Amino acid sequence: MNEGMDAPSLATILTATLLIAGAAVTLIGSFGLLRFRNFYQRVHAPTLGTTLGTILITTASMIYFSALGTRPVLHELLVIVFVTTTTPITLMVLVRAARFRDAAGSERGIRDEE
Amino acid sequence: MSTMLAWSITAAQVLLGLAMACAVFRILWGPRAQDRVVGFDTLAVNVMLLLLAFGIRSGSTLYFEMALIVGLLGFVSTVALAKFLLRGEVIE
Repeated sequence: MNEGMDAPSLATILTATLLIAGAAVTLIGSFGLLRFRNFYQRVHAPTLGTTLGTILITTASMIYFSALGTRPVLHELLVIVFVTTTTPITLMVLVRAARFRDAAGSERGIRDEE
Repeated sequence: MSTMLAWSITAAQVLLGLAMACAVFRILWGPRAQDRVVGFDTLAVNVMLLLLAFGIRSGSTLYFEMALIVGLLGFVSTVALAKFLLRGEVIE
């Protein structure tokens, strides 16, 4: 820690709490990605990290840099807006591709049986 | 109090590293290609959050821009991979 000595204690406590909470939520989401059985169940789990984990960790970063620079530092809002916008697009395109592949595979399976 | 912040940043980095390990296992074990793509997307988001944690530790805003770039590249490459799974080609 080079410059963190100057940060006030309330901001430090808030930063630590939000950081650990966000990392824990992200770990739970990634563990769900590992544990669920089906692809359509699995695609839900990491959104815990992309919504709540990202918001908590970027809020921790905003609070820490605002306390360090004694002025509001808000450019981490870009990350929140960007991730919140792009995650539904990603998952929608990916689930559409997965459904297409499942339909193609089942058609091929029927054709192989006949 | 600053040692508490240092230890909490270390704990958050360990938790995010475990999350990255889960995503890497899903990439390696994924039964089908779309599972691997979901694992890659999760890995990109976890790397982005880990870079934000590194930024808090180092106290410089340089890591924030790296996190933004990693998020952008993860989004674009995931959409390109999904498009490839859907059509068999990326740009049509």
